[in-house]
Amino acid sequence: MRDLYARFGGGLATIFLSLVLIWLAAMVLAPNLMMIDYALRPNLPPAQIGSEADTWSLDNFLYLANEGVHRAIFFKTVWASALVAALTLVVCYPIAFWMAQRATPGQLSIALMLVIIPFFINEVLRTLAWFIILAYRGPLNAVLQGIGLIDAPIRWQGDGGVLAGMVYAYILFMLLPIYNAIESLDRSQLEAARDLGSPTWRTHWRVVIPHAKAGIATGCVFTFMLAAGSYVAPALLGSPGSRWFTEIIYNWFFEGGDWNRGAAYALTLLVLCLAVVLVTLRLFRVNLTDVAK
Amino acid sequence: MSHSVELDGIGMSFGSTRAVSDVSFTVGAGEFFSILGPSGCGKTTILRMIAGFLEPTEGRVLIGGRDMRGLGPNQRPTAMIFQSLALFPLMPVWENIAFGLEARGMGKAERRKRADDLLRLIALEGYGDRMPGELSGGQRQRVAIARALAVEPDVLLLDEPLSALDLKLRQHMRAELRSLQKRTGVTFIYITHDQSEALAMSDRVAVMSAGLLQQVATPRQLYDNPATPFVASFVGETNAIKGRVSAIGDGVARVDTALGPLHGRADGTLAIGQAATLYVRPEALVPGVGANTLRARVSRMDFEGAFALVHGQFSDGAALTAAVPSTRLADAPAPGTDASFFFAPEHAVVLADA
Repeated sequence: MRDLYARFGGGLATIFLSLVLIWLAAMVLAPNLMMIDYALRPNLPPAQIGSEADTWSLDNFLYLANEGVHRAIFFKTVWASALVAALTLVVCYPIAFWMAQRATPGQLSIALMLVIIPFFINEVLRTLAWFIILAYRGPLNAVLQGIGLIDAPIRWQGDGGVLAGMVYAYILFMLLPIYNAIESLDRSQLEAARDLGSPTWRTHWRVVIPHAKAGIATGCVFTFMLAAGSYVAPALLGSPGSRWFTEIIYNWFFEGGDWNRGAAYALTLLVLCLAVVLVTLRLFRVNLTDVAK
Repeated sequence: MSHSVELDGIGMSFGSTRAVSDVSFTVGAGEFFSILGPSGCGKTTILRMIAGFLEPTEGRVLIGGRDMRGLGPNQRPTAMIFQSLALFPLMPVWENIAFGLEARGMGKAERRKRADDLLRLIALEGYGDRMPGELSGGQRQRVAIARALAVEPDVLLLDEPLSALDLKLRQHMRAELRSLQKRTGVTFIYITHDQSEALAMSDRVAVMSAGLLQQVATPRQLYDNPATPFVASFVGETNAIKGRVSAIGDGVARVDTALGPLHGRADGTLAIGQAATLYVRPEALVPGVGANTLRARVSRMDFEGAFALVHGQFSDGAALTAAVPSTRLADAPAPGTDASFFFAPEHAVVLADA
């Protein structure tokens, strides 16, 4: 704060700070406060809004707690998002390590290009590409049948499709923080571990992963939050059996016309995700400021 | 247990760059051996070939008589101390020291005991639970040594480990390294670009330049009998006076120089008429007139405590440096005057120009 004033002078620094504060108040604080207000009120016809019936209660939250199907989808969304984060981590860690410690500068720029270029395309279109690849009569089934691996086409859409689409969609958010973290590891530490007789897995477990912990936690938090709040992948790649909680929230808002219940659902998802993130960070002994870096 | 290390005609190329060419020498078991050279001379490449991080493109590395080709750094009886030390910053000191034992599957209680033994050896008893970041530079240095010694290597490889320390600490650590080596009896191969470090600690020193081995000798021999012009000028201060050999006899050569005929020791390979340089150490120059007299204009005198360095210029423009002991300061010529210095022929060496 003092740095900011020292660098830009009183006037400019005050303008910057107020812009940030206005942004936070108007775009983050106000909508969330409105959401809380909505969630606590019953859904009433316009004539009754502001009448005696329009009082705060927990009815909307209790509805979710008592509705078995929605409750199941809610918890499934949370653990499936955790699964997405875990799978993305498994995919990204070896790539990030290779990019940060093994790749030549030429290989690195090609690899970075290959992972970044797909992100120039809109998320909906990228997911649509997976929709085509995974289609019942699509190329993946055709190839697998062609090489004789399967006899009949497989219906990929559903849980498997959603998982694949999400892992792909969030690779960058996992890869870059881990890459950044591993990149700062002094290569002689890897050599020292090897020189002392450590097998590769132990070097990773004892030296690389502890060093990259903050990066891994950051990637997992990003991916988990994005997955839990994802709408496109489950809508396009899912099936009726693999509904995501965001789809139900969407339905309350735009099909059920019950904004109040939708707000309560959205708020519940937000709070539980935050709780999962904070507990995970505590477990890994990483603070939020490390993640912000 | 310690082992000898033999390099048999090793060479290393990185693509079209030649880093090391045809280097052969043998380091005796239990010896403190240094490889000395300016940066980029290939000394680190040699160390990494001994450690197993690099495979030589030609020649063989033998440790205890066994050919090391195809063996990785984790399979060789060597341990390396890195220039950056490469301590694991997120592990407490004792876990750092015991890391090699952990990798060998030793139980935790026994590891801790071994780590504590080693901490006693390096005089850091009770520091086991600190983090490396909480230690001073010299303490971290000692932890790195203990970590390498924990795996009981036959050969310890040290890659300029003192270069990050300040002068006082560096001098202290030299003595400590030396005594540690004597106590453990492990073969030390020590890389440095600091000639005083190499001379002070080593049993023998190999001098490298541009990927080529220049000379392997004891520090004393290296200083008194440099084998090549590079060694003569790289190891210690020296005055180089160019000329042409005009007579050889009884191991003494006469060199005709712009400053007149001068005499110095010569080895067998010198021939009459050859372009050669006479090298004489600053401390061999005595103010006054004698058999080999040099005349120079004194420009400056730096008092260094034990002695004073007299800087001057010969008539041909070349620089002169003479060291006058403080006890003889009365004899030292004053700056701005013309002065004479002489030296005994046995204190000068004549080498053919490369």
